[in-house]
Amino acid sequence: MMSTLQQHAPALLIAIPLFAAFSMPLVGKNPGFRKMWTIVLMTLTSLTGLMLACSVFRDGSIVYVFGAADASQALAEGSGFPIRIMFTIDAMSALMTIIIAILAFAVTLYSLAADGGHSGLEGFYSLLFLMVAGALGMVNTGDLFNFFVFLEVASLSGAALAAFRIDKGVAVEAGLKYALISGLGGLSVLVAIGLLYSQYNALNIAELAARIQFTRLDMIAFVLLAVPLAMKCGAVPMHFWTPDTYAAAPSSVTAFLVVTSQASLYALFRICFTLFGDPAAINIAVFGWFIVALGVLSMFVGVTMAIPQKDVKRLMAYHAISQTGYMLLGVGVGLAVLGNAKALGDYGMTSMSGGLFHIINHAIYKGLLFLTAGAVFYRIGTRNLNRMGGLGHTMPVTMICFIAGALAIAGIPPFNGFASKLLIYESVFAFNPFIAIVAMLVSILTLASFVKVFHSMFMGPRQPDHGEVREAPRPMVIGMALLAVLVILFGLIPTAVVESIIRPAAEALLDRAGYIATVLGGP
Amino acid sequence: MNGGSVIIAHAPLFAVAVIFLLGLSILFFKRNLIKILMGITLIEAAINLFLVSTGYRMDAIAPIFTNAPEGAVMALPTVQALTLTSIVIGVASSAMMLSFVMLIYRHYKTTNVNRIRGMKG
Repeated sequence: MMSTLQQHAPALLIAIPLFAAFSMPLVGKNPGFRKMWTIVLMTLTSLTGLMLACSVFRDGSIVYVFGAADASQALAEGSGFPIRIMFTIDAMSALMTIIIAILAFAVTLYSLAADGGHSGLEGFYSLLFLMVAGALGMVNTGDLFNFFVFLEVASLSGAALAAFRIDKGVAVEAGLKYALISGLGGLSVLVAIGLLYSQYNALNIAELAARIQFTRLDMIAFVLLAVPLAMKCGAVPMHFWTPDTYAAAPSSVTAFLVVTSQASLYALFRICFTLFGDPAAINIAVFGWFIVALGVLSMFVGVTMAIPQKDVKRLMAYHAISQTGYMLLGVGVGLAVLGNAKALGDYGMTSMSGGLFHIINHAIYKGLLFLTAGAVFYRIGTRNLNRMGGLGHTMPVTMICFIAGALAIAGIPPFNGFASKLLIYESVFAFNPFIAIVAMLVSILTLASFVKVFHSMFMGPRQPDHGEVREAPRPMVIGMALLAVLVILFGLIPTAVVESIIRPAAEALLDRAGYIATVLGGP
Repeated sequence: MNGGSVIIAHAPLFAVAVIFLLGLSILFFKRNLIKILMGITLIEAAINLFLVSTGYRMDAIAPIFTNAPEGAVMALPTVQALTLTSIVIGVASSAMMLSFVMLIYRHYKTTNVNRIRGMKG
């Protein structure tokens, strides 16, 4: 029984949230039952994800072939050609699965309290589960078209959730903007898939990687894949949708949108490293510099746009753009030196570990910050920083969680942001000192910006119009505290985290031949 | 292959280009949200046509093994399956975006993007 469950965990990972999504409208009329149903199924989804990730880190990559008895039937009989849809879960996918599982669980707890007052909640939780299924599918699939489908599932449900508060015109605009942008992005990905399929007759990522010839059409396909994915993860100069959508969506949804953005980031890295990352065939440094340039631009433009913001969630959205820059920078440096074994060993590997570590750290502290902003909004009903103040007297736990998140994002020890930023600084300095200085400068500006936010939200005397404000409800506090504990834990034991999950993920991303061999067999 | 048959062989791709450019120009030059969505639908149609046209093989038949003539060449219908999926996704996203436009009209009494506040920037 247990081994059967374990064997089919990759399918369950998608099946459980899908089942939850489609059963929610049927069973979700009763609020008490809906809450229980949501929490039970989300716990199951997260546990399946964590279990699957553990087994990948313990026993190596998993190939799960849909519609076949076991993984030995990955290739069609006699032709040696992967014809079925499959999930290819290596350490990198497992890392992303862990991030999604942790954040989905914490945010769901929070959401049960925060969004309780709205109508149409069975639809809300349906969409939330669909979004989780989409994000989990995006990071685990081994098939390019399957990836497109999961991308669209995540985008459509994300757009509908961003517009959830339809009584406000701004929310609907934000939803439409997100839907338009991701619709166009999805179409561009589809054209790229068509271009690749028409040349190589394959959709499987490993099969494509094994056959790719790096023709001019392939380069066009690369651009058509990379640009929309960079846009979906909010990299400057394609960042314009991020502040609008992040600010207008309910806070729990914003935290989920951060997760789907990072699933897009994963896909960008997977395409750069696994599909196109053959240093013998092309000049990989150009690709690397492309990612590094995106990263530096995002870092700097994001933080400078964040400083003058008055709306706390817009401000945090710009910081999210800025932090995405660090991940692009870290992994981009690794890509730029992919062809140079010495540089890769000296600093490329460290830099990639830093970038990947920053993904998980960012998901945790940024989720936490959006949740604290949501808790404040829940109690005082405004996101305008000038109308807040003195909340430290009445919402102490929220304040402590905010401090943890703010210090982590600014890269202050002993919080988790420091650990990953330090890896990025020291390795990028070896790559190009100027970029490392920009990265540190951005970090200082981030700290300055969050000191201002902290001061205007929590410091000062009690405000007369916020006299009745109390601490946030308990499930919200539990959700926030869970993430705050992780922020501190990852900051205290960074070496253990890097050694156990980050470095295997970085190695998996670099091991192009290994990824191909997992699916196609052979050496 | 002479000049005429080259043109015929690539006719679907010409159609794709024309439809795609039509959609793109609507996207850039029209200010009405409904028309913008029509532009997106046109681009989607162009891409679906592109996918189907990449799957065409001269003289091949559908891969139905019962009653297949001896020695016939069969075409793998992957792109047709892709196109069906993409049509379904397209319908879902158009429906959702149209409902957004409806809600926007209810709030602002207009579908002109220039008169809707937050759409700038």
